[in-house]
Amino acid sequence: MYVLRRLLALVGVLIVSSFLVFSAMYAAPGSPENFLVQGRTVTPEVLAAIREQYSLDDPFFVRFWNWLTNVLQGDFGQSLTNRQEVGDLLANRLPTTLSLVALSALIIVILGIGLGIIAGVRDGIVDKIVLLGSTVGFAVPTFFAALLLMSVFSVGLGWFPVFGSGTGFLDRLWHLTLPALALALPSAAVVARITRTAIREERDSEHSVMAIARGVPARIVLRRHVIRNSMLPVSTIVGVHIAGLIAGSFVVEYAFTLDGLGTLLVTAVQRKDFAVVQAIAIILVAGFGIINLLVDLLYAAIDPRVGTRHAS
Amino acid sequence: MKRFVKRMGPLGMVAVGIVLVVVLGAVLAPVIAPYDPTVGSVTQRYLGPSAEHLLGTDQAGRDIFSRLLWGARSSLVGPLIVVVVTAVFGTVLALTSVWFGGLVDSFISRILDLLFAFPNLLLAMLAIVVFGSGLSTAALALAVAYIPYTARVIRSTALRERNLPYIRSPQLQGIAGPVITVRHLLPNVAPLIITGATINFGFAMIELAALSFLGLGVQPPQADWGLMVSNGQQSLQKGYPAESLLAGLCIVITVAALGYVGEKLGGRAAAGRKA
Repeated sequence: MYVLRRLLALVGVLIVSSFLVFSAMYAAPGSPENFLVQGRTVTPEVLAAIREQYSLDDPFFVRFWNWLTNVLQGDFGQSLTNRQEVGDLLANRLPTTLSLVALSALIIVILGIGLGIIAGVRDGIVDKIVLLGSTVGFAVPTFFAALLLMSVFSVGLGWFPVFGSGTGFLDRLWHLTLPALALALPSAAVVARITRTAIREERDSEHSVMAIARGVPARIVLRRHVIRNSMLPVSTIVGVHIAGLIAGSFVVEYAFTLDGLGTLLVTAVQRKDFAVVQAIAIILVAGFGIINLLVDLLYAAIDPRVGTRHAS
Repeated sequence: MKRFVKRMGPLGMVAVGIVLVVVLGAVLAPVIAPYDPTVGSVTQRYLGPSAEHLLGTDQAGRDIFSRLLWGARSSLVGPLIVVVVTAVFGTVLALTSVWFGGLVDSFISRILDLLFAFPNLLLAMLAIVVFGSGLSTAALALAVAYIPYTARVIRSTALRERNLPYIRSPQLQGIAGPVITVRHLLPNVAPLIITGATINFGFAMIELAALSFLGLGVQPPQADWGLMVSNGQQSLQKGYPAESLLAGLCIVITVAALGYVGEKLGGRAAAGRKA
C-alpha cells in the first residue's frame, strides 16, 4: 500500500512538474521561430511553414498534450539548434552521466562510511584529522576540486586523461575516476561526519556498554552492535546525497568536458534550446524522484517502524 | 555577547573573525583595492607577487588582489539575496500554514512538495533559460529552491508551539491571528531562522559560484570568485595557478568558516537539510 501510494505521488509530481517546465518554456521571451531563422530575413510564408512544422500555432494545452503524449512514447521532439532528435541526443549522453553518478556513489559509500567508522572508533589524532578534513572537504565546491585534481593528476603528473569519457569499461573507469572523486568529495565529507557521530552514539548506548560488560569481545560488539545499528541514520544521508549527485554532476561534467547529460544541459541553457532543456529537466526530476523513492523504501525495509509511521 | 563568545569557542571566534574580514574587504573594496578590477594592461600579464601587485596579475594583466576584493562583493551579495528571500518567504509560508492549519496547511505543503522534486541547480538553470543569465536571476531562483527546506523546519517547530498556552490564551482573548503570530510565535522561531540562514549562506555561495563557473551567473568582466576560478582555468594549465587557486581558496575558507559558525549555532538540521 505504502509503495503504491508513493508511486502514485511520484507520477503526480512528474505530471505537474512537466506542466510547469513546459509552461515556463512557453512563457520564455523570444519566439522559437525567430530563434530558428537566426536573424536572417525570411518571407512570412517561410515563417508560417516553420510554425506549421513545429506546430507553434496550436493552442497551449493542445501543444502540452501532444508533447506529453509524445514524451510518454519516448519521443522528445527535435533539438532547435541542430535538428537532431532529442531522444537520440539523450541516449548518447546518458551512459556517461550514469557511470559518473554510480562511480561517485561508490566513492561516497566507501570513503565516507569508511572514514566515518575509523574516526568513530579511534579517538585522538585520527579522529581529529577526519573531522577537520570533513569540515574543509564539505566547503570545497565541486568545480574547484575538479580543477585542482585535473591540474595535479592530469596536467602535472599525467596519470589520468584531461578530458573525454573513454570507451569500453576499463578506459571509461580510468577517464571518470577524477570527475567522480571531485563530485563525491563534499558528500563523502558529510557522510563521514554523520557516520562518526552515529558510531559514537551507538558506542555509548546501553546495549553496547552492556555487551562489553558481559565480556563480549570488543570486535564483535563493534561489528554486531555498533556498526549495524549506526547504519540506520547513515543510509538515509547516503541516499539523499546520491540523489543530489544528479544536480552536481553537470558542473563536474562541464569542468572535465565530459559528454554527459549535464554538459548537454549547460550548452542547451546557454543557447536557449528549449526542446533539449525541457527533456533533460523532466528526466532529471524523474531520476531525482526515483532515487528518493528507492531510498525511502530501503529505509522502510531496514527499519519497519517507518512504513507504519508514514501510513498513519 | 559574552554568551556568544562562549558558545563559539576559540576556533569558532577565528571563524567569526574570518567572516568579518571577508565582509570588511567587500564593503571597503573601493577604498582598499589598489587597482580597477576590470581594467588590465597587456604589458603586465602574469606578473608574480610584488609590492606593486600584492598577489600578481591575471592573463589580462588585471590585479588579482583587487579582483578578489571586488569579487567578494558579488560573492557575498548573491548568497545574501538568497538567504533573505528564503528566510522571509519560508517563514511567512510556514507560519501561515501553521496558524490556519487544515486546508491551507495541506495546500501549502503540496506546493512545497512540488518544489522539493526539483534539484536546486536545475531549478536555477530553468529560471535562467526563461529570464536570462545574471546574478539576480540565479539568486532568486536558488532562493525559490531553498524555500521548502526552510519552511519545513520552521513549520515543524511552530506546530509544536502553536498549542502551547502562551499562544492559545491570547487567541481565546480574541487577539487577531497575525498579531499573535508576529508578536509571540515569530520570536520563538527566530533563532531557528537565523541558524538556518547561516548554513544556507554557505550552500548558496557554492551553488552561485558554480552557476558563475558555468557562465550562467555573474557575467565577465565583472569580478566574482566563481568566475575567477573558471577564468583562470587556462592560465592554470599554462602554469600560472594564482587566479584560480586564490579565488577557489577564498570560497573554501569563507564557506568553511560560515559552516563552522552555523554548526556551533545549532547545526545543519536548522537549515532543513538532512545533511
